[in-house]
Amino acid sequence: MSSETQQILTTDGIPLEVSLKKAERRNKIKAFLLVAPLLLFLIITYVFPIGDMLMRSVDDKMVTEMLPKTFKAMEKWDGKELPEEEVFEAFYLDFRKLVEEKREGKLSTQLNYTKNGFKSIIKKLRRKSKSFEEGNYKEQIMAVHKRWADVEYWKAIKRRAPAITGQKYLKGMDMYKNESGEIVSVEEDRRIHRILWLRTLEIAFFVTLFCFLMAYPIAHLLATLPMKYSNLLMICVLLPFWTSLLVRTASWMILLQQQGVVNDFFVWIGLVADDARPEMMYNKTGTYVAMTQILLPFMVLPLYSVMKTISPSLMRAGKSLGGTPIVAFWKVYFPLTIPGIGAGCLLCFILAIGYYITPALVGGASGTLISNQIAFHMKSTLDWSFASAMGLMLLAGVLAIYWVYNKLVGIDNIKLG
Amino acid sequence: MNKEFVKFDKVDKSYDGKILVVKDLQLDIEEGEFVTMLGPSGSGKTTCLMMLAGFETPTHGEIYLDGKAISSIPPHKRGIGMVFQNYALFPHMTVYENLAFPLRVRKIPKDEADKKIDKALSMVSLQGFADRMPGQLSGGQQQRVAVARSLVFDPQLVLMDEPLGALDKNLRESMQYEIKHIHESIGVTVVYVTHDQSEALTMSNRIAVFNDGKVQQLSSPDELYEKPVNSFVAEFIGENNTFAGEVLDISGGKCKVKVANTEILANPISVKGKGEKTKISLRPERALINPSDKMDNIHSGKIEEVIYHGDHTRVRINLLGNNQFILKVPNSSANMDIKLGKDIKIGWNSDDARALDPK
Repeated sequence: MSSETQQILTTDGIPLEVSLKKAERRNKIKAFLLVAPLLLFLIITYVFPIGDMLMRSVDDKMVTEMLPKTFKAMEKWDGKELPEEEVFEAFYLDFRKLVEEKREGKLSTQLNYTKNGFKSIIKKLRRKSKSFEEGNYKEQIMAVHKRWADVEYWKAIKRRAPAITGQKYLKGMDMYKNESGEIVSVEEDRRIHRILWLRTLEIAFFVTLFCFLMAYPIAHLLATLPMKYSNLLMICVLLPFWTSLLVRTASWMILLQQQGVVNDFFVWIGLVADDARPEMMYNKTGTYVAMTQILLPFMVLPLYSVMKTISPSLMRAGKSLGGTPIVAFWKVYFPLTIPGIGAGCLLCFILAIGYYITPALVGGASGTLISNQIAFHMKSTLDWSFASAMGLMLLAGVLAIYWVYNKLVGIDNIKLG
Repeated sequence: MNKEFVKFDKVDKSYDGKILVVKDLQLDIEEGEFVTMLGPSGSGKTTCLMMLAGFETPTHGEIYLDGKAISSIPPHKRGIGMVFQNYALFPHMTVYENLAFPLRVRKIPKDEADKKIDKALSMVSLQGFADRMPGQLSGGQQQRVAVARSLVFDPQLVLMDEPLGALDKNLRESMQYEIKHIHESIGVTVVYVTHDQSEALTMSNRIAVFNDGKVQQLSSPDELYEKPVNSFVAEFIGENNTFAGEVLDISGGKCKVKVANTEILANPISVKGKGEKTKISLRPERALINPSDKMDNIHSGKIEEVIYHGDHTRVRINLLGNNQFILKVPNSSANMDIKLGKDIKIGWNSDDARALDPK
């Protein structure tokens, strides 16, 4: 009603909005074309891989496709007693086809992930199935190995029927779905991922804390020193950026090893005995030291950029109004640096939580992080779906931290420069 | 009243050990006085203020506040209020919290503090602004908050470092009066730093003119303007016409000075004897056109430029070899015949022509 009566027309009688859109269209197209290459690049290098990773982590089509008839026959099976003959027949037909295509090895690997013991009985079934007679497959298969007569193994096969599974995520948290479909934790002594997650959080937290404690005075100096000295100091802060990460980590190895420079120095000043040199590498200590040094600039720079904007007269005002230097700092200066602290801590924490090379080189067994486990599954076990599941859990964790931070401090308060 | 409430005693200050920014400063400030340090930038006036506040230490000499030497007292124990150039309000605190800061660190109970804050805010007519953040206030309002904050803990001395520099002209003028009235009503001693002479003349009881690290003259605004003691002050404060010349004779409180082949009678201020070089200073409004015969200096010059200023007309005249001689002629019907290129007679009393140092 009112919008119709209030619609403004140009002198030609075209509605103003339409006319405006027309006039702006050319610019919009131009602007879009300018960002199009970047957009395309981002989609190809960022959105696709992450999407693919997400799919891969829940993808369980392989077994589903290898045993189509079996799973169809199993739909009627209640999963309590051994299945009927038709399931065995369907399984045999599927299996024959796989053997002809020489893919039964993959099946055995996949089924072995679900339940140990499949590898050997599938091998045996392949050999024996060549001489199977037509009909009564249940008897013949069960005769191959006693495990084929065990209902648990058939249940294990049935669990692989859905094309999508969350089991990799459960495995990432040391949990699994047991035979009756409940989610339970693995035995105490086989829980490795939870330890790694907690260790990752712990190391990221302390590295962030150490970075903050060291960076605050440096950033303050940088912001208050005369230009001549602050430039020099800035170069010292940035110098590590110009050195390869590997070189920096390697130099920490030289410094921290048992026969290394730091230990030699400790022995020389008599702090430790020559035969009791402390281990400072291949454990958490090494990870802490090297990661703190490497992530320090990421804390210094946001802090510096915020401190630079704080007028020195504020501290003077605080003092002239009667605040001791400590009160003036705590009540006036510190609250004003909080946006920088927030930015620096978030940056450091998020970088630390996904850190890979440094812990891999100096971390040893007790200093490795979840990212090393991801790399291990990418390179050694080739369980990519598990690796991508853990990668996504890490991503979700980072997003969660970001969300919490936003709720607590507010992302608008962040200042990166 | 304590005549030496603030006392700079032979204070020197150097930042780099090579150049003295403040040289042998001797300055007494009376209790309840409004003293302005006026000078060009780099003249040492802000350094003096910072030494008084405790942010700089004197290289030599001592500063006394109410009889006590304060060089070794840190700024937060001096109890001196200060208004900074860019206000220095704490941006993360409300107006109330800004004003409460000096009271909280002094552990003043909340109800008493609230009363003081109310009083201070009403003094600068900002009641009802207590919950605003400084960023939500205009420049003038921020300035008032800064003034209120420097006064809220009842200091005996308040320092102001070019507090009105960032305001526009109209606001600056009204704030000048406001600060002056606050000073008059509560009787606090104020040391004010500015490079704006009209600000200094409007507000101060006394003005210390700084140049080159030294106080050139310390006196009341009218004396400073009417009776400058040297050429720097004469030229720095207000407008000034000068003649360079040589003293021919001094007698009976007057001196004869030879300027461009003629003689001028002048008031000998810093000339002592014959043959000395001097610079004569004469305020534009003290020279008159169509002089009466009673004046003891009457000369004629040629009008070079006429600038209309509404209530008065500025006339530039080539007089005795000085073609920058300025006259201020009131805009009345009697003075309608001022035309470019005309010769005109100009006269002044020898008392108003001050023979100062040649510089």
